[in-house]
Amino acid sequence: MADDKKGLSRRDFLKTTGIATGTLVGGGLIGGLVGYNANKGGTGTLDKKKGNDEHAQATNTRGLMFFTNQNEFNVLSQAVERIFPKDDLGPGAIGLGVPFFIDNQLAGNYGSNAKEYMQGPFFAGESTQGYQSKLTRAEIFKQGMASLDSEAQKRFDKRFVEIDGGQMDEVLTAFQKNEVNMIGVSSEFFFKLLRTATLEGAYADPIYNGNINMDGWRMKGFPGHQMSYINEIESEKFVKIEPKSVSSMEH
Amino acid sequence: MAKTLEKVDVVTVGVGWSGGIIGAECAKAGMKVLGLERGNERSTEDFLMVHDEFRYAIRYDLMQDLSKETITFRNTRKMRALPMRHMGSFLLGEGLGGAGTHWNGMTYRFLPYDFQIKSMTEKKYGKDKLSKDYLLKDWGITYDELEPYFDKFEKTAGISGEDTNPFWGKRSSDYPNPPMKKTPLLKKFEKASNSLGYDPFMVPSANLSQSYENPDGETIAACQYCGFCERFGCEYGAKTSPEITVVPTARKTGNYDVRFHANVIEVLKQGNKVTGVKYIDRQTGEEFIQPADVVVLTSYMMNNAKLLMVSNIGEQYNPETGKGTLGKNYCYQIEPGTTGFFDEQMNTFMGAGSLGMTIDNFNGDNFDHSNLDFIHGASISLTQTGNRPILTNPVPPDVPVWGAEFKKSSIENFTRTLSVFGQGASMPHKENFMSLDPKYKDVYGVPLLQLTYNFTEQDRNLHKFITDKTAEVMKEMGAKTVMAGNPITDYDIVPYQSTHNTGGTIMGANPEDSVVNNYLQHWDAENLFVVGAGNFNHNSGYNPTGTVGALAYRAAEGIIKYSKAGGSLV
Ligand SMILES: Cc1cc2nc3c(=O)[nH]c(=O)nc-3n(C[C@H](O)[C@H](O)[C@H](O)COP(=O)(O)OP(=O)(O)OC[C@H]3O[C@@H](n4cnc5c(N)ncnc54)[C@H](O)[C@@H]3O)c2cc1C
Ligand code: SF4
Repeated sequence: MADDKKGLSRRDFLKTTGIATGTLVGGGLIGGLVGYNANKGGTGTLDKKKGNDEHAQATNTRGLMFFTNQNEFNVLSQAVERIFPKDDLGPGAIGLGVPFFIDNQLAGNYGSNAKEYMQGPFFAGESTQGYQSKLTRAEIFKQGMASLDSEAQKRFDKRFVEIDGGQMDEVLTAFQKNEVNMIGVSSEFFFKLLRTATLEGAYADPIYNGNINMDGWRMKGFPGHQMSYINEIESEKFVKIEPKSVSSMEH
Repeated sequence: MAKTLEKVDVVTVGVGWSGGIIGAECAKAGMKVLGLERGNERSTEDFLMVHDEFRYAIRYDLMQDLSKETITFRNTRKMRALPMRHMGSFLLGEGLGGAGTHWNGMTYRFLPYDFQIKSMTEKKYGKDKLSKDYLLKDWGITYDELEPYFDKFEKTAGISGEDTNPFWGKRSSDYPNPPMKKTPLLKKFEKASNSLGYDPFMVPSANLSQSYENPDGETIAACQYCGFCERFGCEYGAKTSPEITVVPTARKTGNYDVRFHANVIEVLKQGNKVTGVKYIDRQTGEEFIQPADVVVLTSYMMNNAKLLMVSNIGEQYNPETGKGTLGKNYCYQIEPGTTGFFDEQMNTFMGAGSLGMTIDNFNGDNFDHSNLDFIHGASISLTQTGNRPILTNPVPPDVPVWGAEFKKSSIENFTRTLSVFGQGASMPHKENFMSLDPKYKDVYGVPLLQLTYNFTEQDRNLHKFITDKTAEVMKEMGAKTVMAGNPITDYDIVPYQSTHNTGGTIMGANPEDSVVNNYLQHWDAENLFVVGAGNFNHNSGYNPTGTVGALAYRAAEGIIKYSKAGGSLV
C-alpha cells in the first residue's frame, strides 16, 4: 500500500482517479488541468523542475524571523516541549521543529492578525465574546516569553530555561489557570494560544517548517496529503499509509 | 462622487449558491445579469494543492477577511456588543462560490412540519406549548409548493442519496444519484440504530457517488473520499459547488458577468422601487453606482440583513415593542453529541464532507412531544468527514489537555474515536435578533451588523434530550468509553459549531410579520429580492442549503415573472 502511493506523480494521479481514461468526463478538474497544462513551460509558479530544486535547498535552512534573542527562543522551545514532550512514541515539539514553526508564523499574517478585525475601541468583554485584546499575537508571544521568565524568577529565583521540567509545568499551569498578570491579555489566553500553536506546529504540513520528517503525522497514523481513499474507504481493517506532504504535488 | 455605470437587468450582491442560481436562471431566460462579488475569482484549478489542514481549516484561507468586515456580538441586550475579531462559531464565505466552495454538501429538504410549524404545533399541542416569547410562524409556503424547487436544486447539484427515510415529505422523483459508499464506520451506526428500532439512512450528499451531467450540461466528477472536504475546495470538481455548476451555466449564455472585488455598501431606493446598488472597488477604493431593473441580495443572511438596514429598507425589529420585521427571528442550532472511545484502530482520516448516516426518529414532529418541554428535534448522525490531526485531539475526560499524558492519549485516540451528534432545531425567540451596531464600522465606514443571541430554555431542554439519545446509540455501538457532551449554558461565539445561521429577512404571507413574500420579493420594494437562509422563520434539525437552493429557484422564477408583468407576485 505504502509503496504504490509513494512518488505518485501528477500524471499517475490522473490515471488512478480515472480522469485520464475518460471515465470522469468534463467536470471542474478537467477544466482545471487543461488550464494547468497550458501554463506548463511558461512563466507560471508551477514550473516543475525549478520549484523542486529550490525546495530541496530551502528545507535545509531554518532561522529566526521573529524572535530577536536566543533566550526568548529557548524559553519558547522549552515551553512547547513541556506541552508536547518527546516520548517512546516519537519526537516532541522541539524535535518536530515547533519552535521554528511558531517563530516563522509570528513573523507573518498570524503574528500581525492580518485577516482579523483589529479596530477599536477595545473592551475586556465576556468570555463568550472571544478575544478582545488590542495586542497582536506577535506582541502577546513576545510578552509571554518575558512573563514565563519572570514567573520562573518569582517562584524559583531562576530563569525559565534553568528550572526543571516539573517546575516548568508548575509555571505553565499558573498561566493556564490565569494566575499570572500580563498586560493587555490574560495569561490564560496566552497559554491557549501557545498550546494551539504547538499542536499546529506538530501536525501542520512540513512546508511550514514544523512536523519535521512528517513524524507528527507518523506517530498519529495520519497519512497527510493523499490523492484519494476511494480504494481503501471500505476496508474493514485499519490501513497504514506512509505519509506524504502536499509539496509532493509540486513534482 | 460615485461613477454611474450602464444599467443591467438584474444585479446580484454576492455569488454563492443563491447568487449563482439566480444568475443562471435569469441569464438562461435572456436577462442581462451581473454578479457583484467582493472576493476573488476561483476555480478547481486553485484546489490542486488544497490538502493542507493548516492553511485552509485553521487559517481559513478561503473565507471572509475579517479585517475588512465582521459583526459584533452580545448574548443579551444588557451586554456590551463587541466585534467578532477572529472567526470561530461560524465560517463566513468570500469569493466566487461563497461558502458553497468549502461546504460539506449535506443536502436536506426541510420537513413538511417546518413550513407550517405554528399551525401544526398549535393543532396538536395547543397554543401554549411554548411561551409567548417564542415567535413561531408559518412560512407562507408549504412543503408541497416548494417540492418542485427542491427537486430542481437536487438535480442541478446531482445529490447522491436514498429515499428510505419514512419521515421525509413526498418526493416527485428519486435522488439523481445513488448514495455514497456505506463504509464500515457507517455500518456500525446503522447496526446500532437498527437494533434500537430506528430508521437509519445515508446522508443526501453533494459529494457525488458517480460522475454526473446535470440538466444544464455541467459535469460533476465522482468523489474520491479524500478526507479534505469541509473548509476545502475540491480538486476533483466532485463536490458540487456554484463555481462548477450554476456559474458556468450562467456564463455560457453570454448574458452573465461577475465583477470581482466589488463590495456593495448600499441598496439605492426611490419611492417603492430600488434603482440599483452602490459598491466600492476594493482594489482602487473607487465608488460606483450600478443601476439595475431588479436587485437581488444574495450576500449570505447576515449581509442581506445588514444591507437592508443601512439602506433603510423595511422596519427594524424592536424586541421591546415587538414591532418591525427586519432582523427578527435570528436562529442558529444546537449540537448535542457523544464521543465514543474504541479499542480498535479505524480509518477515521478517510472520508468525505457528506459521508454519513442519519436517523430522523427524533427530528421535527416525528415523535410525540405531549410530555416533553420542547418542540421539534434533531437529526442524529454519524459522519465520516475525514479527521485531521491539528483539530482532532480526542482525550477521555480524565486526561489533561497538554503534557505527556495528553500526547499519548490524543495520539492513541485519533484513530479510535467516533462521534454521534445531533443538529438540533432552533426556535425564534423575541430576544434573539440582528440590528446595526451603533459603534463599530467596517473598513468602508458602514456600521457592522450586531447580533444579539443566546440559547433559550427550549434549546437546553432539547439539548439534554438529544444528548441522551446520542449516548444511547454510542453505547449500542460498543464504545469502551462513552463520553456524552455537557449541557449547554450560554452561546459562545468562539468554538466552531456550524455555519447554519438563519433568519433576519423572514418570508411570510403578509407584510405585518415578514420581510419578503413567498417569492422572496420585498414587501416594500417590488423589484428587490432577498435570498438565503435569512428567509427561514426558524431553523430545522438539518443543514440549511438544500432549502436555500429551493428558495433561490423559487425566487428566480419570481424574478423572471416580475420582469414580464411587474407588480407584486402575490
Ligand atoms: C465549513 C462549512 C460547512 C458547511 N456544510 C454545509 C452542509 O454540509 N450542508 C449545508 O446545507 N450547508 C453547509 N454549509 C452552509 C452553506 O455553505 C451555506 O448555507 C451556503 O453556502 C450559503 O449560500 P449563500 O449563497 O446564501 O451565501 P454565501 O455562500 O455565503 O455567498 C455569499 C457571497 O456574497 C458575497 N458578499 C457578501 N457581502 C457582500 C457585499 N457586501 N458585496 C459583495 N459581495 C458580498 C460573499 O463574498 C459570498 O461570496 C457549510 C458552511 C461551512 C462554512
Ligand atoms: S471528499 Fe470527495 S467531494 Fe470532498 S473534496 Fe474530497 S474528492 Fe472532493
